[in-house]
Amino acid sequence: MSALPVLDLKDASSFPSRRVEAWKYSDLRKFLREAPQLSPSATIPLVGGGPFEALGGEAMVFVNGRPVDASARVVCGEQTVRLRLISKAEGTGHAVAARISARAGAKLLVLETHEGEGAGYVAHNRLELDLAEGAEVTRIVLTDEPGDVLSVTQAAVRLARGARYRQTIVASGAKLQRLETEVSHPGHGADVRLDGAYVLDGSRHADLTSVVDHLGREGTTSQLTKGVVKDTARGVFQGKIIVERGADGTDARMGHHALILSERGEVDAKPELIIYADEVQCAHGNTVGNLDANALFYMQQRGLPLDEARALLTGAFLMEVIDRIETEGPREVVREWLTARL
Amino acid sequence: MLSISNLHVSVGDKPILKGLSLDVPAGEVHAVMGPNGAGKSTLGYALSGRPGYEATEGAVSWRGEDLLALEPAERAAKGVFLSFQYPIEIPGVPALTFVRTALNAQRRARGEEEVSAPAFLKLVRAASQALKMDFDMLKRPLNVGFSGGEKKRMEILQMALLEPSLLILDETDSGLDIDALRIVADGVNALRSPERSMLVITHYQRLLDYIKPDRVHVMVAGRIVASGGPEMAHQLEAEGYDKYLPEAA
Repeated sequence: MSALPVLDLKDASSFPSRRVEAWKYSDLRKFLREAPQLSPSATIPLVGGGPFEALGGEAMVFVNGRPVDASARVVCGEQTVRLRLISKAEGTGHAVAARISARAGAKLLVLETHEGEGAGYVAHNRLELDLAEGAEVTRIVLTDEPGDVLSVTQAAVRLARGARYRQTIVASGAKLQRLETEVSHPGHGADVRLDGAYVLDGSRHADLTSVVDHLGREGTTSQLTKGVVKDTARGVFQGKIIVERGADGTDARMGHHALILSERGEVDAKPELIIYADEVQCAHGNTVGNLDANALFYMQQRGLPLDEARALLTGAFLMEVIDRIETEGPREVVREWLTARL
Repeated sequence: MLSISNLHVSVGDKPILKGLSLDVPAGEVHAVMGPNGAGKSTLGYALSGRPGYEATEGAVSWRGEDLLALEPAERAAKGVFLSFQYPIEIPGVPALTFVRTALNAQRRARGEEEVSAPAFLKLVRAASQALKMDFDMLKRPLNVGFSGGEKKRMEILQMALLEPSLLILDETDSGLDIDALRIVADGVNALRSPERSMLVITHYQRLLDYIKPDRVHVMVAGRIVASGGPEMAHQLEAEGYDKYLPEAA
């Protein structure tokens, strides 16, 4: 059962327009009316293993939708998987279907990168993550795609009792970029952290949408997303937390905070808490604003040029999200990656 | 030397400074005293280039350069430092990172080499000890959760590290108890030198017992209406500003 409609690139009738409630801020149909031609197979560039190369682990690579090796993986024990979704296409479309299962007690780090080359392509990524009892999975996503492509990633995450799931998505947008996460949360000690950061300039668009469904008692979810938009860029945050009947003792918190640094930038936020249980603690906070003019002047007065003052303040604003990544190696890679884009 | 002549500054449509003239020669400390609403803080903001404080007439030159033509950061690199009456909190940016970034930005603007991290730490340790500041506090975001006294000490620490040549102190004594005032004043006095000019903006004479001025100016309704030696501060404290206020008030 899925709350969010799943795309099928071969079937144009599955492309949602803004009349579909869950897609009202990201009108895919406006840009894509017909099924795109299938992208040709391409070879993976031999140099470089992606932004997380230095952290080692095993690579799981898809190029234009085709797995270089396997498209599914079962993980036991402690492992790092660099999931690289590579697009090398001009005006065509491709779809990835990947599945990773973490066995009971496994400790898995998924370092996912969306690496795009070319122009005007359509990429659809369908990712299924299963966490068995007591498994611990951290998924970190970095996107780096051209500004004229359409890119939709739909992740379905299923947790068993006592599992821990940590996610941080860092999005740099595209013509339309949407990163969906749907979490099936069984409670009973299962714990979810679902974070995001977006930095958008030009006319880029990024949409971070999530649905967390609390099905059982005593489950926790903590969500923090922060974003910065410049120029005519547009950021979208939709976060939905559902607490089903009987899921008492649920503790769920959601925060989304954005800065708009230009006259014509736009941020659309839709936080939703849907609660059918009685004994729960749920809260959400949402703010959209600009940089503090007093702080900017103070920093300039001490010698920082305006651009540098802005970058330092926006960096500090976003790093709150990055600081929540518990593993040092990827945290520092993401920090540098983000700092270079401010 | 700092030379201000016939300076008019408006905030929005409202004229605040109305023909202010003042010279501060190199190596001297001048105090500007005046009642609330005289435009004292506006003078500090206008000299440091705060957006929204627009000079509509007059000139300001600092070491022969037209200060009003420069951006705030360019003025800072030329040695202008405004110590804020209410220092701003900068969330997420550790004090150490902030000061080092500022120092290196100024040095780059002047074509000087940047200071390395270890060399900077050594400078900070010495300067923070002199101000009796807890070094660990400098790892916290700048001024966030600092007490009034800690914020003022942080301003003086920045002064000591950035080594400005024109210091503008805006109500530096406000919110300080006697002990903190003495430490802050000692910090300022340590920076007195034949190359530095200081403009001490204050409502009360108290600060001037600790930072002894060479000249005292009385500012009323956006202009300097009287100037004199250091004894003038005591006279003002005893007699108030009444005799300088316009008849209509």
